[in-house]
Amino acid sequence: MLNLTAIDWLIMLLYFAFVLGIGFALKRSMKTSKDFFQAGRALPAWICGLAFISANLGAQEVIGMGASGAKYGLETAHFYGIGAIPAMIFVGIFMMPFYYGSKARSVPEFLCMRFDEKTRALNACSFAVMTVFSSGISMYAMARLIQALHVFDGLFRALGLAPEGIFTFSIVLSAAIVLLYIFLGGLTSAIYNEVLQFFLIIAGFFPLVLLGLRNIGGWSGLKASVPVAYMHEWKGVAHASTNPMGIEIIGIGMGLGFVLGSGYWCTDFLVIQTAMASKNMESARRVPLIAAVPKMLFPFLVILPGILAIGLPTPHTTTVVRNENGVIYHETTVVSLQVEQGRGLVPAKINPVTGKPMLTASGQPLLDYDMATPNMLLHFFPTGILGLGLTALLASFMSGMAGNVTAFNTVFTYDLYQSYIRKGASDRHYMAVGRWATVGGILLSIATAYAAINFNNIMDTLQLVFSFVNAPLFATFLLGMFWKRATGHGAFSGLIAGTAAAMLHHGLTLPIEAHSGIHGGWIAVLHHYPSDMAQNFWGAIFAFTTNFVVAVVVSLATRPRPEAELVGLVHSLTPKPARAHIVWWKRPEALAVAVLVGAIAINIFFY
Amino acid sequence: MILDLRIPLGLMFTLVGLILTLFGLKTNGDAALYARCLGINANLWWGMVLLAFGLIMLLLGRRGQKRLEEEPPQPSKKGSQRRGH
Repeated sequence: MLNLTAIDWLIMLLYFAFVLGIGFALKRSMKTSKDFFQAGRALPAWICGLAFISANLGAQEVIGMGASGAKYGLETAHFYGIGAIPAMIFVGIFMMPFYYGSKARSVPEFLCMRFDEKTRALNACSFAVMTVFSSGISMYAMARLIQALHVFDGLFRALGLAPEGIFTFSIVLSAAIVLLYIFLGGLTSAIYNEVLQFFLIIAGFFPLVLLGLRNIGGWSGLKASVPVAYMHEWKGVAHASTNPMGIEIIGIGMGLGFVLGSGYWCTDFLVIQTAMASKNMESARRVPLIAAVPKMLFPFLVILPGILAIGLPTPHTTTVVRNENGVIYHETTVVSLQVEQGRGLVPAKINPVTGKPMLTASGQPLLDYDMATPNMLLHFFPTGILGLGLTALLASFMSGMAGNVTAFNTVFTYDLYQSYIRKGASDRHYMAVGRWATVGGILLSIATAYAAINFNNIMDTLQLVFSFVNAPLFATFLLGMFWKRATGHGAFSGLIAGTAAAMLHHGLTLPIEAHSGIHGGWIAVLHHYPSDMAQNFWGAIFAFTTNFVVAVVVSLATRPRPEAELVGLVHSLTPKPARAHIVWWKRPEALAVAVLVGAIAINIFFY
Repeated sequence: MILDLRIPLGLMFTLVGLILTLFGLKTNGDAALYARCLGINANLWWGMVLLAFGLIMLLLGRRGQKRLEEEPPQPSKKGSQRRGH
């Protein structure tokens, strides 16, 4: 199985040493709470830009996009081309002036400035809960993967420890490292390490793609070894039945692009915090645009390994008979059932009770797509570079976790503690609270990770609840920033109504081939969707629309705030910043156009 | 003043690159080890790429750090003293 040598461990230890070293080096520059929570608002745009995508490049992204690539093929690239790039351009050009210009220290604080205290409280509470749970889910996924890959098995055997401890060891190790570097260096440390992790992930996955492509015979070889639909992003997208994801263009464009993508990239403090840490307005606006450039190229890095894993030949148990000087040798390479029943390098899922592969409704073996990318690593990397690949995998888990933790400590300290528990304390006090909120947040995440072991469905349930809360968010920000008439009562009731609509939609619809319950239809089944993806996207569209309509109606019925209070918060009341001193090609708008052209070119290439 | 990120970044990749390159040189020609990556000495080649990347970053970082230290710390602008409401 997995054979790690001293070289692999050396690389992994080196990474840990640097991550912690950065934390220690930054400790002395943490003087005020602004340094700790907002990185002093002094970082260059390129660092914030890379951290902007790295915060999102958690394991769910690296493993999940590989899995989705293996399951649906290149259509997964819609999560980039439609789901991310347009939203990143939008937030940079149109929304960042208000986030950064308002001097709000967090996204909920912006809601408080623009709307009112109750809208902030609602958003801050739900956000704080979500970040803690997400980082717990990320931790759980990492520990499971480390177990499945047997990374620490050799180490445990050498030390004479029981292998049952690996789960706890993985969780405690990663939690302790993330805790230490954030405790010491705050957001600056998290951002610096996210950039480090960004480069490490590229260093670990790029050679994998190169080797995989070479093995399969290049781009044309890949095309020849997977079904036609796998290699097209747009073909067949006009109708749900003609593409692998089972979703049509309106659902993708509106649901993924307009509602879910924008809801995430434009409103989630997890990513916005990095842009708000940059040194001036022009940099802040450039951050998401700089981030969009590598984001466009990520399908090659994270989706392709999944498609390659499906396309490569499936290993089988083989016996080679050889006759040497009259002696007959039988050389048998035994491959486990799990691997043999799989497709390519993607193994089948094994029922832990019977030890037989689990089957789908149509009798095909159920594939464990999450193993696509990790199996590629094990298949192609020899010791040495394997250490680098595994370190990259660990780095991706940590960067996802760290982003959640810094977002949590900021929102907890500024939006909950300072606003509702203790106002007007000293700056030093809030910084200490932030540090201890980091500890508390990580402990809660660990608790979530352990809860996930005991309750099978907890991860699915949590993610479902998050989707209810997140789906309508973008409408609130859109109205807040671009319609001066929107009121606090309108925003608050819109958010509640939107979340209720998302729940109701989920309770009344069901994807085909699913049973009522966690997948939907727990009230009554009124409509069947061709896939869970379609259900998800359409649910988001319903939630967004409900929020929008309710917010508009309630706003019109309530008293608006005086316009003088909204300067700097609403588009029509904010003076255009003077930009004559910047050469035209250095302006964010020029960069935005370049990114858009690049994104279109890649979509045409993937057609 | 604060640390230029390219210094630790460059240093880490220089070291990782160096380790992989040296290990690749030592194991060059080990057919059994490199069978899984199609006979290519992945450690040597990728190690050299990372080494080059690390050195470039280190160079840029040292230059940046010098500039950071020469520059007087930015005068805090009028908005920087804000508190919560």
